[in-house]
Amino acid sequence: MSNPTGWKPRMEGSSSADPELSVGAGGATRGLAYEEPLLFEHQVRNRAGYSLPAPGGDFDPAAELPPELLRGEIEGLPALGELDVVRHFTHLSTWNHGIDTGFYPLGSCTMKYNPKSSEALARLPGFAGAHPLLPSEMCQGALELMFQLERALSEIAGFTATTLSPAAGAQGELTGLMMIRAYHQARGNPRRRVLVPDTAHGTNPASCALNGYDVVQLASGADGRLHPDVVRAAMDEDVAAIMITNPNTIGIFETHIAEIAEIVHAKGGLVYGDGANLNALLGVARPGDMGFDVMQFNLHKTFATPHGGGGPGSGPVAVKEALVPFLPLPLVVRDGAAYRLVTDPRERPSSVGKLREFWGNFGMFVRALALIREYGPEGLRRTAQLAVLNANYVRAKLQDSYNLPYATDSLHEVVFTDKALKPTGVTTMDVAKRLIDHGFHPPTVYFPLVVQGALMIEPTETESKETLDAFVEGMRDIAEQAKRDPDGLKASPQKPVRARLDETRAARKPVLRWKPGAKVEG
Amino acid sequence: MRYHPHSSGEINEMLEAAGAKSLDDLFRSIPEKLRLTRPLDVPPALDEVSLLAEFGRIAAKNRTEHAPFIGAGAYPHHVPPAVDQLLLRGEFFTAYTPYQPEVSQGTLQALFEWQTFVTLLTGLEVANASMYDGASSMAEAALMATRITDRSRIVVSAAVHPEYRKVLASYLTSTGDEIVVVPYGEDGRTDPAALAAAVNADTAAVIVGQPNFFGVVEPLGEIAALARKAGAISISVTAEAVAFGLLRAPGDLGVDVAVGTMQSFGNPVNFGGPAPGFFAARESHVRQMPGRLCGATVDKHGRRGFVLTLSTREQHIRRERATSNICTNSGLTALAATIHLALLGRKGVAELAKLNYARGRQLREAMGRAGCGLRFSGPTFNEAAFDVGDAEAVVAQLAKRGVAAGVPLARWYGDDPRMKGALLCCATELHTPEAIELFARTVKESR
Repeated sequence: MSNPTGWKPRMEGSSSADPELSVGAGGATRGLAYEEPLLFEHQVRNRAGYSLPAPGGDFDPAAELPPELLRGEIEGLPALGELDVVRHFTHLSTWNHGIDTGFYPLGSCTMKYNPKSSEALARLPGFAGAHPLLPSEMCQGALELMFQLERALSEIAGFTATTLSPAAGAQGELTGLMMIRAYHQARGNPRRRVLVPDTAHGTNPASCALNGYDVVQLASGADGRLHPDVVRAAMDEDVAAIMITNPNTIGIFETHIAEIAEIVHAKGGLVYGDGANLNALLGVARPGDMGFDVMQFNLHKTFATPHGGGGPGSGPVAVKEALVPFLPLPLVVRDGAAYRLVTDPRERPSSVGKLREFWGNFGMFVRALALIREYGPEGLRRTAQLAVLNANYVRAKLQDSYNLPYATDSLHEVVFTDKALKPTGVTTMDVAKRLIDHGFHPPTVYFPLVVQGALMIEPTETESKETLDAFVEGMRDIAEQAKRDPDGLKASPQKPVRARLDETRAARKPVLRWKPGAKVEG
Repeated sequence: MRYHPHSSGEINEMLEAAGAKSLDDLFRSIPEKLRLTRPLDVPPALDEVSLLAEFGRIAAKNRTEHAPFIGAGAYPHHVPPAVDQLLLRGEFFTAYTPYQPEVSQGTLQALFEWQTFVTLLTGLEVANASMYDGASSMAEAALMATRITDRSRIVVSAAVHPEYRKVLASYLTSTGDEIVVVPYGEDGRTDPAALAAAVNADTAAVIVGQPNFFGVVEPLGEIAALARKAGAISISVTAEAVAFGLLRAPGDLGVDVAVGTMQSFGNPVNFGGPAPGFFAARESHVRQMPGRLCGATVDKHGRRGFVLTLSTREQHIRRERATSNICTNSGLTALAATIHLALLGRKGVAELAKLNYARGRQLREAMGRAGCGLRFSGPTFNEAAFDVGDAEAVVAQLAKRGVAAGVPLARWYGDDPRMKGALLCCATELHTPEAIELFARTVKESR
């Protein structure tokens, strides 16, 4: 049914017009928002928000446990009723912008729609209530699911096998580098350096450092790509690996990847792939076919597991044959009709070991597999096609209003700068804050570092043309407003429950908790 | 396809605007020889009805009708429906890291509340916005201790969760730090004499569980004092967070750092993940702490608000000089714990702990009557090791009846002959007294 009331969001004049009535390009307007104190700041009410069975029996822990190791009720914990708590968190939620609220084009994060069916499936008691140490015969369902996911991920990215354990992308990188180190160690020399392009995500060099590797930064070219001669000059027998994101963090495909891989392999090095941008390649190309030896997935990006306000993620790592012996434990194997977890290091003596307790973020495996099973091969390929189409559409519509630092083709994300706005004094940060008043979550800002004032837009495939058109309208309006009314822009955002927050003050005098007797004033 | 909103008409319009001849043309920057020439070999697409049926079939193969009598790092607890229903508010679970704090105040205030809960439960001064899990939290604490003390020897009790110790070893593989494991005694606690002998002037950290892996309560005060005397950082590890409602806070006993998981609050066992790791320390250590931190501030109108802060420790600023490589946290599971703790509140946290202690007590008595004595003499909370004879056989027998009996300790402590017949079992508020009685009788019959 199309629009029965005839209403559609459109902007009503500039920001300096009555803010009470203006409607942003994304539909943002005024509404009722509630102030809500900290749980601990509510007056102590001695209410109860829980219902538990009675302990039963006549005993006193103080008579049975060493009394110096016991405590009574904890001072400072709130004493609210269930309705108080429900209202508290309901109010808090209304202060957030989520994907469910509106467009969320955070570049490099792949903020695609999180399917509701995945949430229902992850909560099936058979999954949620399964203890990780259940006897094998009591958890065949969980093991089958992990096996299916492992097979699907390995095929999607073009590798031999995948470990599901790493808790997040960064932990996946750590795992990948540990395997690379173990591989070289087994050949007598762990080597000392890892090559990392200047466009790399900060976790790349941080993960190297955690593995005792020195980072050698490589400069990308004017086209935004890494060039073979730069790699050739840096590559020698003391370099363990190169870490490459493809497409890279500027959204550009590293077309020289095959040649780069050859250069690195020729001197005995390995090629690590940061798979954060896999969304651009699904069903179209596979990192395993490009020369990568090992790659981490980010299930919370490509496979739509919820970002949850910052996590949890899940970072499975796929490897080629040569690295299989070093995979962390456990692995799920199939013995005839039954599935089994391999946890005994004696079965896999070269394994790098464990980076986390138990087997991985199983709750995320359910969601990721649900997406893969619903899409099938066509749906996966369509995802990449539409993700890239959306980014290119936005690029074409905005390239006249914003400076495009690279003429090179974009895949699933496009980076602009604030260069064109320089004469007005308006910055990338101001653009971001003004987008909020329009009703959009801002794109990623000031990353990657190689681009000054970067504005990185990744629409993802789940956004419609009309959403993109509204976003473009908002961005164009901001570019116009920058010339007409830069002060109005710098006053943004004005509509959310808080205006710009003083981050300097937060770092100078950190207040990181509430405690009894103290006030949290910020 | 319901998540792909484009009509073919729109696709054509958009291709034209983007100057591309076809969808394939959009990928011209990928060399031909690198492109897939066949469809991916994954199972064919499923409609939602079939999808739910298929996953229902898989889930049904897990025997979860009875609450498992297993803890060992993942504790089966009651999660009130209110927790999940609040968690499912799209503004919470579909938001990301609060990089734009003005539109993330919900996430940020909830994180501040989580941090506060963690400090109140642990008795320490600062807590971060959650870690991947308990094991990596412990490993990061050990690394922090080496940075602070500039020493390289980590002393850890053998009664600390074996998985956590394996993870510690993995994290320290390329740092050159030494890990020294101290044995446990007949009481199931860390051997005090062995511990005193192991802690020396080169010790960066002393790590013990509370309760430890055997469910036994350790004398944290004495251990913290021993560490302090040697100039080492004491670290307590808690996997069963419900115990914080009954046991004295580590910080109050002089412990410097408390880590572990808060999975017991608000999170089901989920076959081992995800769950919120926690990390709490003294204020003086804050700039060496890994992970995100949420702090209070004001906006330009002077209204209190919250932001991520002290980010110069982290990877997106410091890159290879960061305190860790961490990017995501475990925000959603930390929110679940925060909501549950809010519902429990002051009385509920204490009551839930006492209830768990009661169930643990009932389990010990019932097993005793069934001829299975305690493996260790030390005081326990809701988990204990019992001598059952052939532990693997008992587990297998009960599995046939759909009951998850516990875990044989010999799986991790195979070198210790005392562990040969030991079964680690746990009882929580999910196990009724009747279920506990039946369990003990069934164990007796299966021997």
